[in-house]
Amino acid sequence: MYEHPEYNYKVVRQFSIMTVVWGIVGMLVGIIIAAQLAWPELNPGLPWFHFGRLRPLHTNAVIFAFGGCSLMATSFYIVQRTCQVRLFSDGLAAFVFWGWQLVIVLAVITLPLGMTSSKEYAELEWPIDILLTVVWVAYGIVFFGTVARRKTQHIYVANWFFSAFIIAVAILHVFNSLAIPVTLTKSYSIYSGTVDAMVQWWYGHNAVGFFLTAGFLGIMYYFVPKQANRPLYSYRLSVVHFWSLIAIYVWAGPHHLHYSTLPDWIQSVGMVMSLVLLAPSWGGMINGIMTLAGAWDKLRTDPILKFLVVSLSFYGMATFEGPMLAIKSVNALSHFTDWTIGHVHSGALGWVAMVSIGAMYHMIPILFGRKQGEMYSKKLIDVHFWLSTVGTVLYIASMWVNGLMQGLMWRAVNTDGTLTYSFAESVEASYPGYVVRLIGGAMFFSGMLIMAYNVWKTAQLSSQSAAGEEVSA
Amino acid sequence: MSVFVVAGTLLSLAACFLLLHLNRHVRKPGQTTGHSYDGIEEYDNPLPAWWYWSFVLTIIYALGYLAYYPGLGNFKGLGNWSQVSQLEKEQKLAEEKYGSIFSAYGAMPLDELAENSKAMKMGRRLYANNCSACHGATGTGSFGFPNLTDEEWMWGETNEDIVTTITHGRNAAMIAWKDILQPQGVVEVAEYVSRMAGQEVDEELASKGKAHYQTYCVVCHGANGKGQKSFGAPDLTNEVWLYGDSRLRIQDVISNGRNGVMPAFKNKLSGDKIHIMAAYVKSLRRDS
Repeated sequence: MYEHPEYNYKVVRQFSIMTVVWGIVGMLVGIIIAAQLAWPELNPGLPWFHFGRLRPLHTNAVIFAFGGCSLMATSFYIVQRTCQVRLFSDGLAAFVFWGWQLVIVLAVITLPLGMTSSKEYAELEWPIDILLTVVWVAYGIVFFGTVARRKTQHIYVANWFFSAFIIAVAILHVFNSLAIPVTLTKSYSIYSGTVDAMVQWWYGHNAVGFFLTAGFLGIMYYFVPKQANRPLYSYRLSVVHFWSLIAIYVWAGPHHLHYSTLPDWIQSVGMVMSLVLLAPSWGGMINGIMTLAGAWDKLRTDPILKFLVVSLSFYGMATFEGPMLAIKSVNALSHFTDWTIGHVHSGALGWVAMVSIGAMYHMIPILFGRKQGEMYSKKLIDVHFWLSTVGTVLYIASMWVNGLMQGLMWRAVNTDGTLTYSFAESVEASYPGYVVRLIGGAMFFSGMLIMAYNVWKTAQLSSQSAAGEEVSA
Repeated sequence: MSVFVVAGTLLSLAACFLLLHLNRHVRKPGQTTGHSYDGIEEYDNPLPAWWYWSFVLTIIYALGYLAYYPGLGNFKGLGNWSQVSQLEKEQKLAEEKYGSIFSAYGAMPLDELAENSKAMKMGRRLYANNCSACHGATGTGSFGFPNLTDEEWMWGETNEDIVTTITHGRNAAMIAWKDILQPQGVVEVAEYVSRMAGQEVDEELASKGKAHYQTYCVVCHGANGKGQKSFGAPDLTNEVWLYGDSRLRIQDVISNGRNGVMPAFKNKLSGDKIHIMAAYVKSLRRDS
């Protein structure tokens, strides 16, 4: 296998391959549960195959397995290349890789078995939480140790975002997961009632903010200028939007608890801070898209750049939609509807997955000792791009329609003030949307299979040429 | 605690404004900063003006909102708004607008109401949104949820009984007998109970079960098994079995007990609405 003379590419390569693998696994589970919503008969009475058990498996697999591997691959790659120094410790980096895979495998086993703390996006039970903390600290040591030993004078903006992501996720994970263990597989949160709800959404929203936004902005800040071969649009904008993003995001959690037992004034703080968050979020989109100014022609021929630019467009859409949904009167319509699911997936598929996929296509040939842009098939990247884009659009459009319809049906009243529709009628009306969503998800998933084939063939080409070199030598 | 949150909120907004203000101007627009990271350079371009001003605008809006609505700890806000006051206001408006539609039927006797097609249309909507989740769209119930169209009325079938059930809810609790009867006793009682319902049974087991029945079960279900409506003990002699009539199901109920709950609607629906709903429930049985 190819080894770079200076950098540790082995761990980056391992994480990159697992990004593709866990992407396929996580999205497959997503397709299964989407089908279960469209056809409830697909819950055949097996507890471990039930929607309620598989849904947390899907979210954990796509966020922490797919997204996590993608972040670790790219952050290790970027920090080495922009600091011009090898990773702080090869041994610790290997520990991070195998430790992270162990956490994921334990999640894949325990979640379907029903072992859960029942906290959304933090379902793993306490022994796995502790393992995760240890791995995360090791990850932080490798990353910050590398930054500390850099040969460049300054720290590139991508690494600021990764730093914020690593520190914030550590704090969020530890404080949200504080619990009293009862047995090896069961614990109870130390928080209760409204405080529990607030801590949960302080965690939940900042998992979105720091894991799914800041971390992936780090990816964007390296791969967009690199792939476009253009200077970054504005250093000043990156400074202002970085600090404002991390200052404001931490306040936005209460918008998940509008019109609840949470005190009115905290709901207000959550709402206004979510609105203020619009500009800091868009700063990243502007910086990415404006970097392409003068290089728009490359979009016609470069499918990797297409992935990156479209991911920024979905990022811009989702970060506009988010503040709108945080407005109380809008939230009164959208809360508990499929609109929320659509919103999450315009971020998750459109932004997180597509920017990751773009980054992987950029890195993988290099990691296998080939030149940039030398994936096995460019055409297949283009096919993958269209499957992803159309799949995402189908997914979010169907959930918008469903969400608006549900919200309007739930509040429709007759002339005597009674509700026009029963809840079951709104479920029945959602069926077509569930089928369209499944089709969109299946398209996105099939793109991942094409990616796996393309990566496999690229790796094969690389080992063939390596063998050829040995023979000629 | 709230002082810290208030200070943090205002300081964050102030810090953002300061950050924007201090970074308004750049030294070399259109040129790079001179740094290069793995070949990536950065332009020293200024913040886009429209972005700058939209950011400032949201900060101003936030401050205005926090002044008008409760948003800073114990400060109630200039608008004196709260989610409870909004709810009360909307409920009052709804009562003014729709109350008379329901109160018009308040004095009409239940049986007469059940024949009134306009009232029953309203009753059907109330039923669909409040009752159908458990009792089914047509009132036929399901496992653990009573059928409203048959002859069995666990808590009584008079108009007053039905209104009371909807208004205050019901709780049908049967204790678990497995520790007292032991597994063999459970089997025997189940056999005896099945005989009461007219099923074919093992007579020897059933006669042993009868002795247990007369010691333990008789208090609620009565010597003849006809039950006791005042505390919801079901009649065991007919074909209606809320939790299933197979021998295993009956054994399970005796072993582990049951705790059937019908929620109270008095805090959710006005007396006039409950009146119409009760009439609708009666009409379900008539129409079946």
